[in-house]
Amino acid sequence: MMTTNRATRRATLIGLSTLPWTLRGALAAPKAGGTLTFMQNNEPQTLVALTTVATPALTVSAKVTEGLLEYDYDIKPRAQLATEWTISPDGKTYTFKLRPNVKFHDGKPFTSADVAYSIQLLKTIHPRGRNTFANVSEVKTPDPLMVILELSKPAPYLIKALTAAEAPMMPRHIYEGTDPLANPNGNAPIGTGPYKFKEWARGSHIIYERNPDYWDKSLPYVDRIVCKFLPDPGARSIAFENGSADIGYRTPVALSDLERLKKLPNLRFETKGTSYSYNVSSLQFNLDSPIFKNLKVRQAIAHTIDRAAIIKTVCYGYGTVTYSPIAPGLKEFHDPSPSPYNLDLKKAAQLLDEAGYPVGANKIRFRVPLDYNPIGDESKRLAEFMRATLGRVGIGVDIRAADASAFVKRIYTDRDFDFLLNGHSNLFDPTVGVQRIYWSKNFKKGVPFSNASDYNNPKVDALLEGAAVEIDPAKRIAMFMEFQKIVGQELPDVSLYSPLYLTIKNVRVHDDSLTADGVEGNMSRVYLDPQ
Amino acid sequence: MRMYRRIGATLKRTAIHAGPTILGIIVLDFLLLQLVPGDAADMIASESGSATAESMAAIRQRFGLDQSVLNQLLNFLGHLAQGDLGFSPRYNMSVFDMIMTRLPGTLLLMATALSLALLLGIIVGSVMAAWAGRWPDRVLSVVVLVFYSMPGFWVGLMAVVLFSVNLGWLPSDGSMTVGANLTGWAFVWDRLSHLILPALALASFFIAVYARLTRAAMLEVQRQDFMRTAAAKGLHPFFIQLHHALRNALIPVTTVAGMHLGNLLGGAVVVETLFGWPGMGRLALEAVLARDFSVLLGVLLLSSFLVILANAAIDLLHAWLDPRIGPA
Repeated sequence: MMTTNRATRRATLIGLSTLPWTLRGALAAPKAGGTLTFMQNNEPQTLVALTTVATPALTVSAKVTEGLLEYDYDIKPRAQLATEWTISPDGKTYTFKLRPNVKFHDGKPFTSADVAYSIQLLKTIHPRGRNTFANVSEVKTPDPLMVILELSKPAPYLIKALTAAEAPMMPRHIYEGTDPLANPNGNAPIGTGPYKFKEWARGSHIIYERNPDYWDKSLPYVDRIVCKFLPDPGARSIAFENGSADIGYRTPVALSDLERLKKLPNLRFETKGTSYSYNVSSLQFNLDSPIFKNLKVRQAIAHTIDRAAIIKTVCYGYGTVTYSPIAPGLKEFHDPSPSPYNLDLKKAAQLLDEAGYPVGANKIRFRVPLDYNPIGDESKRLAEFMRATLGRVGIGVDIRAADASAFVKRIYTDRDFDFLLNGHSNLFDPTVGVQRIYWSKNFKKGVPFSNASDYNNPKVDALLEGAAVEIDPAKRIAMFMEFQKIVGQELPDVSLYSPLYLTIKNVRVHDDSLTADGVEGNMSRVYLDPQ
Repeated sequence: MRMYRRIGATLKRTAIHAGPTILGIIVLDFLLLQLVPGDAADMIASESGSATAESMAAIRQRFGLDQSVLNQLLNFLGHLAQGDLGFSPRYNMSVFDMIMTRLPGTLLLMATALSLALLLGIIVGSVMAAWAGRWPDRVLSVVVLVFYSMPGFWVGLMAVVLFSVNLGWLPSDGSMTVGANLTGWAFVWDRLSHLILPALALASFFIAVYARLTRAAMLEVQRQDFMRTAAAKGLHPFFIQLHHALRNALIPVTTVAGMHLGNLLGGAVVVETLFGWPGMGRLALEAVLARDFSVLLGVLLLSSFLVILANAAIDLLHAWLDPRIGPA
């Protein structure tokens, strides 16, 4: 599978051989050697994404700790530690054949016992694994190279959840009998991956060295990956500009800097390798708020929002309009039909009048505070955009700023808000990434990124619960389509856009984003032009 | 002999003041932190973008957040009494080890910045005082005013644009070339080249402050009778400026420098963030955002230690500079 993919890519590139030399560099055979400097915004709290799914940890984890599968851009599985996989027709038995002769960095063999142990561990302590593997009732290991998962109910999303960063395969001999949260392996990991952990200088960098005993003898190409952390976006722009950083992902610079950086001859901008986690930004209403429990007010707001203008001003063009909480990137599930509430300020004004909010003094109908999720630098701009937009129909918006924890506490624990701007990752499947926002049983106080709106529609619940266990892909898609129609009409939130993330890299870096999770993957095939 | 007695008395006084000060700082910090909305579990969930009720409960239990505030405080103080700064569950590491990985970076940056500020400030101030009212004074006054009014991070950013982006002489981030395995002079130069820009950014404001202070203090001293006496003795003007004027003028400068140490620690947060410098300032900022209060309290405790130590050092320096300043 891997070989076919590589062959097609080469064929495409040969077709483009009239391109300038910078692109043609990619045609040459990969060169061994060199140090790749990987620039990150924040330092991870642990180097294995077992007990956390925070972005900094996800970014580094897979270099050392691999998964059973990797995925192409359309989230179709490919071999990593598992070479073959089959799912029984009833969707309740998964069989994996493991790659033979794989060794952990400490020399111990990787076997089915490690897989069985890891899946149990993920099911009990991984923040998302608790849900993803909830239906796994038994893990059988008939021989050292075979693993069978028995499920109590089908879980059609499970086969997409097995990347290195999402479901890391841990060394059982290091974890068994210890408290996995306190295990020192989190700070100095041992895995099967293409790179061995060498050094973590806190606050400064992590060094990974090439693993000479990697199961794919031809890989990896680079001798060393150095991860550096630079929290200031302006400083990161400079690091890319002067060549002290080779690669960074999820648009590691301020959007306003992109235009300038794009003119530099030493940088390239990659949009591939982001399909494992599409985000959707939305305006969520608190349906318990006396103002927003009125559908007419929500409709009026939907009528005022110009998504194209958001893309232009807030996202500097780096985003895609969406009317649905399922991102356009998840092509098979996404419903591209526009919102029933088109851009119409007159209609909005009329709806607000009907709702009992006539224009008062200073052309203001009512004032309401707006909260926003402070993660990501466009959220504040989006809040300002909303204030201007809603001001045009007489809704006075007071923006309320908070840092991340204070925001999470206000929204999900105190529920002291009226409406908010938020972002949710769709992850690899709507059951994992989208269901949580609309499922009435996931209205849980104190649980961040649950059903913040307190939306409760039995029909939607039934659709989501049905899609979670439906093994016929066509039926499953139909269920999600109907779900999107309903939430599009009932407006527990207004979906706005899906940000387009760029991987910024030096021209000397090649083959960094070959999988759905791109730079978050094991980066075994990345190579550098000699300096 | 008298000298040693004086130093001993100064140290004793500092020690007596330090104990209650530090305890007060800890308890106050701890209580203030309780007022901040959100906790470590909220932050971890927010970074992850997803959570479950079980994962939230597990994090809270691990951080000890399921206990009462009083219990948490007593726990912390109990550990502290045994010389244990506690454990950061977020980083799965003891707070002491964590601070120790960052402390050398911060000390190096602060010591360099403070030395740079004092050295340049005093030289510039002396020159300004010696040529008071004439063109060197006028020109330097303008330069000093510019440094005084520009925020340090801006000076840093502009220096990066000039020296790192345009000229390519100095690196823009980090504290060393990672993985270069340098030795000897190459190692020293590598560290130094990474240090220059952040130290300059941190020092720029203080250079201006010390220059103005030195100028004012020296002009003040120059009107004193002993200056006229020294000149009447036929001493060389340079010797008079250095030994009589500057030594007396140093008292206000060093006093202020001692107080600035706290400011420097605060300024270090910005400079360390800007230059990706692995120091305690950034650690403190990250700990606040992450609500990782065991780390934050450790940093605050150590910072208060540092400030107290520095002030003791300044007291000693005063005792040496001016014999009239003795044990109170």
